[in-house]
Amino acid sequence: MPQFPATTVAEPSQDRTLILNMGPQHPSTHGVLRLVLEIDGETVVRLMPDIGYLHTGIEKTCEAKFYQQVVPLTDRIDYLCPLTNNLTYCLAVEKLLGLEIPAKAQWIRVLLNELTRINSHLVWLGTHAMDIGAMTVLLYCFREREDILRLFEMVSGQRMMTSYFRVGGLALEPPLGFFERAKQFADRFPGNVDEYEGLLTGNPIFRMRTRGVARLSAEDAIALGATGPTLRGSGVDIDLRRDSPYSGYENFKFKVPVGTEGDVFSRYVCRVQELRESIGIVQQALAGMPEGRVTADAPKVVLPDREKMKTQMEALIYHFKIITEGFTVPAGEVYQAVESPRGEMGYYIVSDGTAKPYRVHMRGPSFANLQVLAKMCEGHLIADVVAAIGSIDIVLGDVDR
Amino acid sequence: MALAPAITDLEQLKSHPALARLLGWNPAAIQGAKFDREELTVWIEKGMIRDACAILRDDAGCPFNYLCDLTCVDWYPSEPRFEVVYHLLSIPKKERVRLKARLDSSSPVIESVTSVWPAANFYEREVFDLFGVRFTGHPHLERILMPDNWEGHPLRKDYPVEGYR
Repeated sequence: MPQFPATTVAEPSQDRTLILNMGPQHPSTHGVLRLVLEIDGETVVRLMPDIGYLHTGIEKTCEAKFYQQVVPLTDRIDYLCPLTNNLTYCLAVEKLLGLEIPAKAQWIRVLLNELTRINSHLVWLGTHAMDIGAMTVLLYCFREREDILRLFEMVSGQRMMTSYFRVGGLALEPPLGFFERAKQFADRFPGNVDEYEGLLTGNPIFRMRTRGVARLSAEDAIALGATGPTLRGSGVDIDLRRDSPYSGYENFKFKVPVGTEGDVFSRYVCRVQELRESIGIVQQALAGMPEGRVTADAPKVVLPDREKMKTQMEALIYHFKIITEGFTVPAGEVYQAVESPRGEMGYYIVSDGTAKPYRVHMRGPSFANLQVLAKMCEGHLIADVVAAIGSIDIVLGDVDR
Repeated sequence: MALAPAITDLEQLKSHPALARLLGWNPAAIQGAKFDREELTVWIEKGMIRDACAILRDDAGCPFNYLCDLTCVDWYPSEPRFEVVYHLLSIPKKERVRLKARLDSSSPVIESVTSVWPAANFYEREVFDLFGVRFTGHPHLERILMPDNWEGHPLRKDYPVEGYR
């Protein structure tokens, strides 16, 4: 296993080097990431990320909330894929409870998760290309992202902070016309991906800026804990949707794109291929959508229908108790991992048998991926730092929590 | 789907590759094990956690080569107060295991696993920052999320949710 010395940059280590501060207000750091760079001319000698500007103590807040009240908090961690956060948390609590989720709810969860992945990858593609100098792609990507956000608004009433998945199923049935709209989008989208690829994949400037830049070997990627497309771009064949299926992913057919070079271009190719695979999963989910309920049969956990609540005494009592006292969860602990757009998103939840979680820990893929940045950039040009940050696709809300 | 009762008997669990490897290495290092909700937890003697991690990483049959997560749970006011939790994944075999080490509140110190997985660097700094658990042998143990001059460790159970006013 290779070893990596920790880097603390306060003083230049040599006479010829100087310290350069990049961020936290820098457009290419995608949020409030601060990098302290020691540079020798145009070459980065050392790089140290400084994080915590967006730390809001969500893990501490979760300990003071009922289980169902944590769902809206999870939206705010990785704000580019709120539904993936909702899903991970709900799956973890359902595992603690031993709840069985109806097939229709599982399929809608898969459908929306893949739309979330596309949404997140579109933001990544647009901003990453713009960092490198291709302005047009951003406008194209945000055009399609807008369609996805409208779909999210249809189901949940919110464009970004959706909170649509609940412990035990979904908040509501999707509205009439939702599946048709989703189908129209899924039919149109592969043509849009061709458009992006036409602008970038063969573009000589883009290729020069990305090929052979910020290389990461498979061995280093594993040792430093890289995850998701960053790990797959280095040639490690891992995808939790295929390797440890959750929420019915075993019913879907898709390929896992794996790169070989481990450079920025290789990670770009992986993510663009994932866009195509995701839309394939969306098509499969729409074609085979099962019938039935969207919430589990668990009256002590799932809120009753409004109609029943107004007409049946028992439903009214359950409604009152869930709202005022929450629901208790048997003591124990689970770690639920989900393949988010950025890699393995894990929720470790400890229950002490009460209605509030004893401990919630979020394993953010961006936090893990940020550790490889120093390895990618040291010894290379300062202009490539921007390309490297874009290629690991970090979200600072996910890093700092 | 009713929950199956947890299995805590080592004899029944020793077919799991991680536990089999650890038992073959040093049974004295294992304080207990639990199989609950399809997940295996092994409690390791706190002085041997680094060696146990290195043994699992280098196992030929099922190498747990990837550190997924490293965190901590505070059981205040009971003792031992802290439980440091390691989630390992074997990328070739797709197996997972959770290791735990218990620490007293009088000396919340444990050996760092950064020499086994460099990935532990940020995670251990986070645990140090938010729980005040110290990791010996860590190359750069400083606060990571909170400001350097912050007082207290926010995720401890005796730290108020609203903070100190």
